[in-house]
Amino acid sequence: MTKSIFSAGSTLTRRTALKGIAAGATLIASPYVLRAAEGGTIKLGAPFHRTGIGASYGRWYERVAQAAVKLINEGGGINGKQIEMIVEDDGTDPKRGTEVIEKFATEYKVDAIFGHLFSHVVAAAGSRAGELKVPYLVCSEGHQLASGALNRYTFQPGITDVKSQVSSMAPWVAKNLGKKVTMIFPDYAFGHDHRDYFSAAIKAQGGEISALIPIPPTESSFTRYFPQIPSETEVIYHVMVGPAVLTFVKELGDHFGSTRPQIFGFIDSLEAVDLATPQLDYLEGTYFWEAYPRYAQANQTAFDKFYREKVGVDQNGASTSDPKDISTYSHMFSVWETLFVIKQAMEMAKYQGPDQKKDFIVALESLEKFPESNEHPQGEKIFNGKTHQVFGKQNISKVENTKLTVVHTTSIEDGMYEPEVDYTKMDL
Amino acid sequence: MSRAIIRRNVILLALVLAGLFLMQFVVPEYYVLTITRMMALAVFAIGYNILLGYVGLLSLGHAMFFAAGLYGAGLASYHLGISVPLAFLGGIVAALILAAAIGFVALPTQRVSFMIVTLMFSQVGFLMTLYFAGATGGQDGLSLPHAARSISLGGWTLDLADGVVRFNLAFGLLLVALAVSFFLLVSSRGRIFSAIRENEGRTEMLGFNTFAAKLEAFLYSGTIAGAAGAAYGLLFGYIGSTFASIQYSIEVLLFTLLGGAGTLLGPLVGVALMMTMIDRLSEWTTAYLLVVGVVLIALVLWFPKGILGTIRERWLPWLM
Amino acid sequence: MGLGPYLFLAILEGLVQASVLTVTAVGLSLVFGVMRVVNVAHGEFFMLGAVFAWFVSNLLPDHPALGFIAALIAAPALVGAMAYASDRLILKRLNYDPEATIVATIGLLYVFQQSALIFFGPDARAVEPPFYFKIRFPWFGYDGYKLFIILAAILLMLGIWFLVKKTRIGLLMRATQLDRETAQAFGINVDNVSAYVFALGAMLAAVAAVLVVPIQQAHYLMGLDPLLLSFIVVIIGGLGSIQGTVVAAILIGLSDGILSVFFSPTLAKMVSTLLVALVLVVRPHGLFGKAER
Repeated sequence: MTKSIFSAGSTLTRRTALKGIAAGATLIASPYVLRAAEGGTIKLGAPFHRTGIGASYGRWYERVAQAAVKLINEGGGINGKQIEMIVEDDGTDPKRGTEVIEKFATEYKVDAIFGHLFSHVVAAAGSRAGELKVPYLVCSEGHQLASGALNRYTFQPGITDVKSQVSSMAPWVAKNLGKKVTMIFPDYAFGHDHRDYFSAAIKAQGGEISALIPIPPTESSFTRYFPQIPSETEVIYHVMVGPAVLTFVKELGDHFGSTRPQIFGFIDSLEAVDLATPQLDYLEGTYFWEAYPRYAQANQTAFDKFYREKVGVDQNGASTSDPKDISTYSHMFSVWETLFVIKQAMEMAKYQGPDQKKDFIVALESLEKFPESNEHPQGEKIFNGKTHQVFGKQNISKVENTKLTVVHTTSIEDGMYEPEVDYTKMDL
Repeated sequence: MSRAIIRRNVILLALVLAGLFLMQFVVPEYYVLTITRMMALAVFAIGYNILLGYVGLLSLGHAMFFAAGLYGAGLASYHLGISVPLAFLGGIVAALILAAAIGFVALPTQRVSFMIVTLMFSQVGFLMTLYFAGATGGQDGLSLPHAARSISLGGWTLDLADGVVRFNLAFGLLLVALAVSFFLLVSSRGRIFSAIRENEGRTEMLGFNTFAAKLEAFLYSGTIAGAAGAAYGLLFGYIGSTFASIQYSIEVLLFTLLGGAGTLLGPLVGVALMMTMIDRLSEWTTAYLLVVGVVLIALVLWFPKGILGTIRERWLPWLM
Repeated sequence: MGLGPYLFLAILEGLVQASVLTVTAVGLSLVFGVMRVVNVAHGEFFMLGAVFAWFVSNLLPDHPALGFIAALIAAPALVGAMAYASDRLILKRLNYDPEATIVATIGLLYVFQQSALIFFGPDARAVEPPFYFKIRFPWFGYDGYKLFIILAAILLMLGIWFLVKKTRIGLLMRATQLDRETAQAFGINVDNVSAYVFALGAMLAAVAAVLVVPIQQAHYLMGLDPLLLSFIVVIIGGLGSIQGTVVAAILIGLSDGILSVFFSPTLAKMVSTLLVALVLVVRPHGLFGKAER
């Protein structure tokens, strides 16, 4: 609540006076006046899920972020300043996540926060970040941002959202796999999003939902749910996340045997899981959504090669130092691309410090396109400055010989939908 | 309890509260925020302490009362647009009703059964927040709109997003909770509670209606916990299922035991210590929970009565 | 699938879950009964059993059957040793004070859980079952290994029953449970008994985990659910009563499976949890429990 001492009518308590003097001193000391070549860093707060249910993702997010930060710093940093990334664990917990945001904003006084994934943490932390007026860049794929539930300080420029992902799948599924779909999904927000968006999208393609089977998130055995799948089902759509996915696949196999409907899933179920695991044999010949193909494809771009080399991932999407350590390839690129977006916007705004937060936000909102490049290896993207959400291509891959081969790539337009909010109209 | 002892404790209490109040002018902004959270959670622990420390009943499901307050206030504000003071009251009333219902049903059970019954009811509460996700937002929860987070008093508007306003509101609540706690302790009620804690059978034989006394304590406990929840939701603007989960029931137990169950200021000390530990440790190592575990074990081996409890036992017998 | 076969499937699934739950819960029940302590870390012993099973079977990657047998021996042994140490070093020094024990075991929970995160990692990892065997019922196929779990649990329970009722060790345990002071007066080293019982309880949880890990995967957070469920089972069944625990485990394992055939899973969980609470309200000592002396 600082009023600048330059504005008329400010109440000059000792506290505001001190802050005002500090602000003045910063202004005077800033490079615009003194032309200090070094001094000061760009501080980025990174509340990764190092522990808790998001830990598999959090670890990879951290690795990718460190690789990107190193690359940017080697290239001279942002506007001549090196990036200092401050990582704190949030335990994948909304309460702790919010506390960490407060810490970044008030103790470390970071320039921006990035890297949250799980939607319930984003929901809590995002609104707090908005109150504290800290730019908060989400690496999540949740639709909360684009639906208007967050605020003008929140952005998701590095990864598409679930509504976009799911609805872009429907045309291909309806045309190639079948029109009668049974959906199996976890019975909470993430699963409900899939249920709602895909149901709408498949109906728009002339298809129908044969059955909806919600499963409690902590369920460990699925056999008793499969009899609910109607026999006329043509496609089973599954997005089971959590440690039980191996059991899910195995029991699915036990249930259907060799005469099975088509099966389409989201790779979310199998991030950080090795497809060559024997329990996953049954997935052979089934299809998966992938944001970013885990296995290097025949038409691998130079950008993908570069990215893999920098983050330490091999042709199979596993860590180069441990082939059993599978990465979360369809999600972690969000961190990489977000960091480069931060760089791009900060350079546009000639950002030097937190007093230019608003310039930074406006610069972010003015971005429109990201070409496929080393900075955006997942693919070309279109950014909507009003909804703060980016749109990109999605892939459909087939499991062949325990590897994933891309069979279809959507266009960016396939995943677009009517904007639901205009954050630019809100005050900063 | 003699006058002299009461006087000493009042002085101590006043000093602690004054110190806490003055912190907002002295410490950096981040600590003002964390202390605000600590105060709100300390109220939760104070409520819990009434049941555990004073009467000797260990509930493993107190998160349900915190959640009742949280959701009572939060949902009233979010869906019905009710003003903050009324929503706060709504949260308290919700917790009170829940405490009455659960207390009636759970109190007749014996020690370990009581723990499990409270745990079970709390789980049902948690599952309900997930089941009625349409209204509650489920696991993602709901963020209260900014407009709903201000209080209009006469000509003034207090913005709940402002750190100073928040700190003082939380402080006020803490003050009230400590006062209630204090008066319970010095009153005849307090003596019945301790009698029940020491030996329920004997107390009953002496002609006291132990069930009524336990229920009364349960009501105080649940309502204060609910007030903490309502405050937390309104002050920080977020309600979610996590707060109704077992984790929070265990955390409040930890806070209370650490600080010293049955002491007046124990809950506050416990909250402050645990939160600071976690906050500082997580800067240094990912394995901070492991260190917390080790510290807990160490504390319980050498300070089993909690910090203030041990101090009371060894050095300051007059400490309430 | 018709309702009949569907129910049959639900019952089979329920029995598998009940088997694992029974073994785990009996471990907790023994500890409750003899030592009168609440071990909040019981679920972590379960998790450690699964984690150690993974480590052991990973040493023998081409021989799943051998790996499994090795795990079945090594994992409970390791977990038992850790439990024994925990009791001697920590719980004994607390004189088994109820509240102090809870805090200490919560501390142990954090220590074990985070250690697993550090050494095992955050991912779920699979263990191969010792054999693949499919039973073809007229209406559906069923994994033979699951039936093996039920069988193993029955054998284990018979073994425990024999141990407690018919052996000298069991006699010592029952005496300590009935009246600790008198037992001590009779020259029984009750502290030793406590340590061994604590180890035995942990070992049972570990064995249950080794049995279930081929169908469930090992994950560092997997201990919470078994802990909750074991608590429920032990209290419903009655403190210290093994047959009560077994009956309650079967009831709860089955009801969860059958209820979710008719209701949405979340609702089914709510209903079964509420039922549990109400049973306790009506019969505060559990179904088979006797009042504490």
